[in-house]
Amino acid sequence: MYASHADSGSPGAAGVPLLVTQAIAKSFAVPVLKAIDFTLQHGEVHALMGSNGAGKSTLCNIIAGVLPASGGNLELRGQRFQPAGIRDAEAQGIRMVMQELNLFPTLSIAENLAFGEFGARAGILSHGRLHARARAALATLGLEDLDPEMPVSRLGVGQQQLVEIARVISRPLSLLILDEPTAALTDPQIERLFTSLRKLTARGVGILYISHRMDEIRRIADRVSVLRDGHLVATAPSGALDSDQIITLMAGEKAVDGSTTTQRRTPRTEPASPVLKVEQLGRRGAFSDISFTLHAGEVLGIGGLIGAGRSELLRGIFGADRVDSGGIRLAADQFARLRRMRSPQEAVRAGLGLVVEDRKSQGLLLQASIAHNLSLARLPDLHSRLGMMDTARETELAATMCRSLDINYRALDQTLWELSGGNQQKVLIGRWLLKALPILLFDEPGRGVDARAKARIQLLVRELAAAGKAVVVVSSETEELSALADRILVLSNGRVAGEFATGNFDESAFLSACFRFYSDGTQDRHPGGESSGKPARHDRKTTP
Amino acid sequence: MTTHSLRRIRLPWNSLGLIAVLCALVLLFSLLSDYFFSAGTFRSLANQIPTLTVIAVGMTYVLLIAGIDLSVGSVMALAGAVTGVLMVDLQWPLLPAIVAALAAGLACGSVNGFISARWSIPSFVVTLGMLEIARGGAYLTTNSETRYLGDAVAIIGDPLAGPGVSAALLFAVAVVAVGQFVLVKTVFGRYMVAIGTNEEAVRLSGINPLPWKIAVFALAGLLAGLGGIFQLGYLQSADPNAGIGLELSAIAAVVIGGTSLSGGRGSVVNSFLGVLIIAVMETGLAQLGVSEPGKRIITGSVIILAVLFDQFREPLGRRFTRWRSAAGSAQEAA
Repeated sequence: MYASHADSGSPGAAGVPLLVTQAIAKSFAVPVLKAIDFTLQHGEVHALMGSNGAGKSTLCNIIAGVLPASGGNLELRGQRFQPAGIRDAEAQGIRMVMQELNLFPTLSIAENLAFGEFGARAGILSHGRLHARARAALATLGLEDLDPEMPVSRLGVGQQQLVEIARVISRPLSLLILDEPTAALTDPQIERLFTSLRKLTARGVGILYISHRMDEIRRIADRVSVLRDGHLVATAPSGALDSDQIITLMAGEKAVDGSTTTQRRTPRTEPASPVLKVEQLGRRGAFSDISFTLHAGEVLGIGGLIGAGRSELLRGIFGADRVDSGGIRLAADQFARLRRMRSPQEAVRAGLGLVVEDRKSQGLLLQASIAHNLSLARLPDLHSRLGMMDTARETELAATMCRSLDINYRALDQTLWELSGGNQQKVLIGRWLLKALPILLFDEPGRGVDARAKARIQLLVRELAAAGKAVVVVSSETEELSALADRILVLSNGRVAGEFATGNFDESAFLSACFRFYSDGTQDRHPGGESSGKPARHDRKTTP
Repeated sequence: MTTHSLRRIRLPWNSLGLIAVLCALVLLFSLLSDYFFSAGTFRSLANQIPTLTVIAVGMTYVLLIAGIDLSVGSVMALAGAVTGVLMVDLQWPLLPAIVAALAAGLACGSVNGFISARWSIPSFVVTLGMLEIARGGAYLTTNSETRYLGDAVAIIGDPLAGPGVSAALLFAVAVVAVGQFVLVKTVFGRYMVAIGTNEEAVRLSGINPLPWKIAVFALAGLLAGLGGIFQLGYLQSADPNAGIGLELSAIAAVVIGGTSLSGGRGSVVNSFLGVLIIAVMETGLAQLGVSEPGKRIITGSVIILAVLFDQFREPLGRRFTRWRSAAGSAQEAA
């Protein structure tokens, strides 16, 4: 049963689709998928499109058995299908290639390809068989010139992505889910990938293909489904929709009412003075040629798809990661000197603060107290000349900050572990506020924070701008951006794709800009060859 | 207000637990052996512990910043060797020779710190290399021969007339006190804890962790050098083979004291209690006539038990904190 079902992928009874989802729903705290009815045919490449948080990944995770659905049914080849886990789905030949690479860097290509299904006899691996299998798998993607014994860490990101795909398609397969498979690939590699995908579909394998790149979708996909806010808003043959129509479908009718957001704000009358000029800033493999001017008293939003290079841009400005080209100018020297921050220390001295995206691993001292977390950036001036801590002053500053940010706490020596996400985020922001810096960069300030704390943080950001601070906010939520920002810069595939005033905000145009540099036919890749294309997040230590 | 009153009644539970263990051990050995509870035993304990004590203080700092220093035993031997050769072969007086020994320790520690911090190389590897280098240096300086110093260094290890204990012990206890003070009250201590808790967060807060990390290893080297001088006073000779395996005793003492190997949590005073527990156990077991293999097996088991206990202590502490705060608010309500 296993072999006949999973491997052949042969079309079953005529007319029975490979996969049908009936009113599939999923909620975490809030509903993210709402009654999705969707069909995947045998031998079809079906593209899934949608903006950040539309529900693409959640739907794929349910089909691949990673997540259980909260409601609805799955039918595989006309039979009820309820995967209890990934293993169940794999037994039916459903396999997913994630965007993050899941290879073991120190193991060889052959070992990676075989992992989990080594075919060992009595615990002993046959290297001959392992390598023969590896060569066959690599050949399907035109990688026959790679040595199967080479450790994966020696490959470029693009080749690693292909090895990962080869691992999946060399196994019994009836339904393949690919999440942005071409993000790190060069054009010839994409050609090879498409050729082998067509071979798979000829065998009857159905492919779910997530991508932001419209031109690719038009070439490889038979049909396109568009998701928006957890709803399936359209399914159509891929030739039937042009890019503008797809963007409109992803954006929907609800143009954000900008008038209300502007009314809340006091319009700036006096000409704002610039405090930071970013000039042609670039970091290989992450972003390139970014220029903008930031003014005192304004909130500049940065929008774009996840992976567009927004966090990397903030980290580059702040000196947390190196940049390769361009630089920034600061008001302190009348913008005379084009400079690059070599370390966060230098950036903080120059008046910049960064509220990091991943507060638990990069921002907070979770085992330390609220007071110690709040005072961290201030430590250099919270001690006497002999190095004695001024704990009285520290406690006073911490208590004041907790009050002004409405941090709920029992005692200042309480550890951060015990606080909610929202209060943790406030502590992280409070650390910079104690430093009284003129420029603040926020990376996803509303992530992992409850609604009330989120509203408080948004209010705080507006208050900071009103007090004359210059603020940059990166956010993946359009609502948050339009509520917070005076204007929004859109990054697409590492480049500036447009600037929007939030006064008359047009969500279709915004989304269109988000997708702009993923879909042009020129395939403008970042310089640096195939190992660079994929914007790895926080890749300070992972760059080869 | 609540905060302050709570802080005042906060008790150092770890320390109390360790003191309880120490008292229990003393009681146990006193019951089991006729000779243990005597002035002689305590005098010999007091003579043994200064070296391990000061080295454990440095090791506490190193473990606090999530590092490790395997070279302390060799560095200690090198410092002793330098003093011995300077005093015996070159006829230097005691004080300049001591300064030279401390300088040697400081230099080794600085190299450890600079290389591991500057190039992000695990301190385990760098100090493993230094373990070999410093030992080689000790052999080279002494030409692999022990130097007998005799009365020239008696002032370090012999009991002083007034207090009845050696200068080394007094100095070591002072190092513990200063070490704890620096950890709790100074900005350097705060940086150590912060770096050990989350170095990346420290870096992204605009603080360069590099100089502080180097300082910690340099200090550990300096204290290993000081330990070498104390050892010299105790043995009245400079032995290039001294201190083999001492790094493991130091780590054991610090770990028994509850300092986390993953960094961010630790106490110098508790490390000192760890040193006392190890010393009492070794002396007590020896007096009971337990063989060397037996001593090792028992000491090893105690280390494992200490770490196990440490794993379960944390939730207990939290439970107590909750109970205390509930009691506090109940009092306030009343």
